[in-house]
Amino acid sequence: MTLFLQQLVNGIGNGVVYGAVALALVLIYRTTGVLNFAQGEMALFTTYLAWKFARSVPVAAAIALAFVIGFVGGAIIERVLIRPVEEARSPLNVVIVTLGLFLGINALPQLIFGTDSQQMPKPWPSDAAPGDVVGTTRAVKVGAVSVSWAVIALALMMVAVCALLWLLFQKTRLGLALRAVASNPESSRLVGINAGLTLMLGWALSAGLGAIVGPLVAARSTGFDASLMQGVLVFAFSAAALGGFDSVLGAVVGGLVVGIAEALTTQYVDPLNGIEVLLPLLLILGVLLIRPNGLFGRRTVERV
Amino acid sequence: MALLSVRDVSVRFGGVVALDSLSFEIEVGQICALIGPNGAGKTTLFNVVSRLYEASAGSVDFDGRDLLRLAPHKIVELGIARTFQNVALFPALTVLENVMVGAHAHGKVGFGRGLVHLGVRSEETAMRRRGLDILDRLGLVELAHRPAAGLPFGTLKRIEFARALATEPKLLMLDEPANGLTHGEVDELGTTIREIRDQFDLTMLLVEHHMTMVMAISDHIVVLDFGRKIAEGPPDAVRNDPKVIEAYLGAPA
Amino acid sequence: MTTTRASGREQAGPATTTPIRPPIDPKVRGLRIVVGVVAAAAALYAPFYFPAAQNKVLSQALYLAIAAMGLNLLTGFNGQVSIGHGAFFGVGAFTSGLLVVKQGWPYEATIPVAALVAAVVGLLVGFPALRVRGLYLALVTLGLAVLFPQLGQKYVKGSGGVPLLQPSLTDTKSLLQGLADDQYAYYLTLLVLVIVTLLTWSLVNSRAGRAMVAVRDQELAAATVGVNLAQVKVLTFAISAAYAGAAGSLSFMIDRVADATNPVIYFQRSIEFLVAMVVGGAATITGPIVGALAVVLLRRNTEQLIEGKPILSPALFGAALIAIVYVLPEGIIGGVRRLTSRVTHRPPPPSTLTTTTSDTSV
Repeated sequence: MTLFLQQLVNGIGNGVVYGAVALALVLIYRTTGVLNFAQGEMALFTTYLAWKFARSVPVAAAIALAFVIGFVGGAIIERVLIRPVEEARSPLNVVIVTLGLFLGINALPQLIFGTDSQQMPKPWPSDAAPGDVVGTTRAVKVGAVSVSWAVIALALMMVAVCALLWLLFQKTRLGLALRAVASNPESSRLVGINAGLTLMLGWALSAGLGAIVGPLVAARSTGFDASLMQGVLVFAFSAAALGGFDSVLGAVVGGLVVGIAEALTTQYVDPLNGIEVLLPLLLILGVLLIRPNGLFGRRTVERV
Repeated sequence: MALLSVRDVSVRFGGVVALDSLSFEIEVGQICALIGPNGAGKTTLFNVVSRLYEASAGSVDFDGRDLLRLAPHKIVELGIARTFQNVALFPALTVLENVMVGAHAHGKVGFGRGLVHLGVRSEETAMRRRGLDILDRLGLVELAHRPAAGLPFGTLKRIEFARALATEPKLLMLDEPANGLTHGEVDELGTTIREIRDQFDLTMLLVEHHMTMVMAISDHIVVLDFGRKIAEGPPDAVRNDPKVIEAYLGAPA
Repeated sequence: MTTTRASGREQAGPATTTPIRPPIDPKVRGLRIVVGVVAAAAALYAPFYFPAAQNKVLSQALYLAIAAMGLNLLTGFNGQVSIGHGAFFGVGAFTSGLLVVKQGWPYEATIPVAALVAAVVGLLVGFPALRVRGLYLALVTLGLAVLFPQLGQKYVKGSGGVPLLQPSLTDTKSLLQGLADDQYAYYLTLLVLVIVTLLTWSLVNSRAGRAMVAVRDQELAAATVGVNLAQVKVLTFAISAAYAGAAGSLSFMIDRVADATNPVIYFQRSIEFLVAMVVGGAATITGPIVGALAVVLLRRNTEQLIEGKPILSPALFGAALIAIVYVLPEGIIGGVRRLTSRVTHRPPPPSTLTTTTSDTSV
């Protein structure tokens, strides 16, 4: 039982990461209709920035700075690279641009900061021996189960982000504008919404979210390099598909499902050893067959 | 005997009742018009007959056959064709190719033959000739090799008409064919519809808002309001029916 | 009582003077012939001109073209976006690999088998794909591409227990005297490409090809004129998978390996096919060929430009991709068509892949 709970906790830890990246994907998709393959690499770049800043300022401040840069950067990318291609109404072209971004943004931090593995200081309680910049994460004991502070921090972040986003989308005019533009950009312009700004905002929020998640993921392990987000991306896509690509709640739930399923499969289902990725994939296929728009996605209605 | 027999058809979308126990019949060779205020359920009825919507209740018989068991791509084999209110042409194809797709049910070349070029040449030639004939009949032949995208709405409507004719139907359902036409063009359309009915031996069901044209060419009119039939009969009877006047203009003060 | 259907008696008229095919400007026709002859000559002569290493690269471009052409059928002409065609490619590669290495088959005989096996897998995927639209379909196919090497890890034991199969030197030797192995491999690949191109040309210009496009652009209207949506979609899936499988089989000969040790390799392949298709021109026949050549050339050049800073190479490649998509939103062939239409003052053929009912957005 303890083992089960322990694996559950691990799964939640991973699940929050997948869910957060899925959330960033969904944000961009909901506001601009683009599937952003470069999501992980954008988070990677801001992670490197946070690491760099953390050499001079406390790590929390470093992450905040990285957020700001990510926010602005995301907006610029949308305006300069994505918008012109998107307006030509060819979604495949947009995919190619995000792929190009994937390659470029992955290379950028390696060019600037080098290819060596780096260490991210931990923004949560940890034990550090003298001279150890990074330290090891402390854990909280709940009964017999050890819950790492990393998982707690990730979970807290997730809750905060979801709450803020919910407030934004449901309770502010800006959020309403975001939803309107996602649904129908032309009509939104006609009622005076600055569609351009809202498109940029979608990307900005998403990149900013990545700037928070990335460093947390990096801090969770003993070191990170340019491949930090690549394992996460496939699971994030799966999580977003599982939850329904136009649902914020779906992304979070999807992430948790995928993370927990992965952890439990690794532990308990031995024949699948080595192909753990099979389970989330089968899960998604199963869900999509029953609910083709994901668990929480909305049915698209075609008016004939 | 009735070609199309709609009996007690109801369509519900959640709480919304789009059609409420609708019954009417169309005789062979008739031009029947389906009229009524917006939202009355006219296009819904079209969608039920072309099997794009499921009926919640009732039955539809065509030529003695039960329609509601068929898959959407099978109804053309029975001889039913339709056009769409907002035009559903294939923008990447030329005008002629659009019409050729209409003849899909009469072709034989599938993936197997298509890949190995078996019978392709002869089928293509025959289909192209036939398509040009139909385009000519509707005055569109000069546009044959132009991409369908970007043409004026009224022209697109006529191309859709041509595509529907290419299916060689017995019953042709036109959804607002006069949309986007000038008054002169509407008159022309009315004449064309009658001529085509005679020439191709068709039965027609129209959804239309241009009352002058409807009154001029229809043999039979069915009036809907809020999904229910409120009147039915030849143009003169319907024109003077107080319920119809009330539905369109409201009750007298 | 059923009524008989009239076929419509028409009067003789101007329909008979309109050509049944769009007239081609003689300048354009002339240009096409010249380009075609030059390309054919270059293609045939190339392996004698270039050294073996270069021939290998060219052969790789050719099998990439075959796979991209297959993807183009499904995604370009039929609108079902797949970023998992690498999986079918892998199926083809491993089918050939297993047959040659474990069963001792002559290599050439495995090519059609690989295509067939891939087609069957394509059929199996095509059916559930009917339920899943656009974006979700793309993600499911992505999952396939990621799953495939994992399955390979589990079930294929090649040398050293990893899913890696390699032919012995004699297995894929040239069958023709006078040709070096690399030249033979090139010609074999070229032959398959030519065959596949002819098949594609025939299909696209037939009733079935029009049905594919109709399903892409207005599937409900297509159904009302008698197109069986499920049949068209599933068969297109199967055929496009077969192309990718054949390409995979050829890759076994050219690269001398079927390798599933890298978990993202078939995903990368899938992306390669997609890029080649889009860069060359989606929903065109020659687009994937041009695109494949462009992609391979581009990769070589960005690799050579930066000796010593290998990180820059993917960055440059990525930047180049973005630039191409900007300058040529309809791909290279699309751009060529626009150019010729401007020169001849005729309207360009219908846009290769404008999105009206866009499948990848809600």
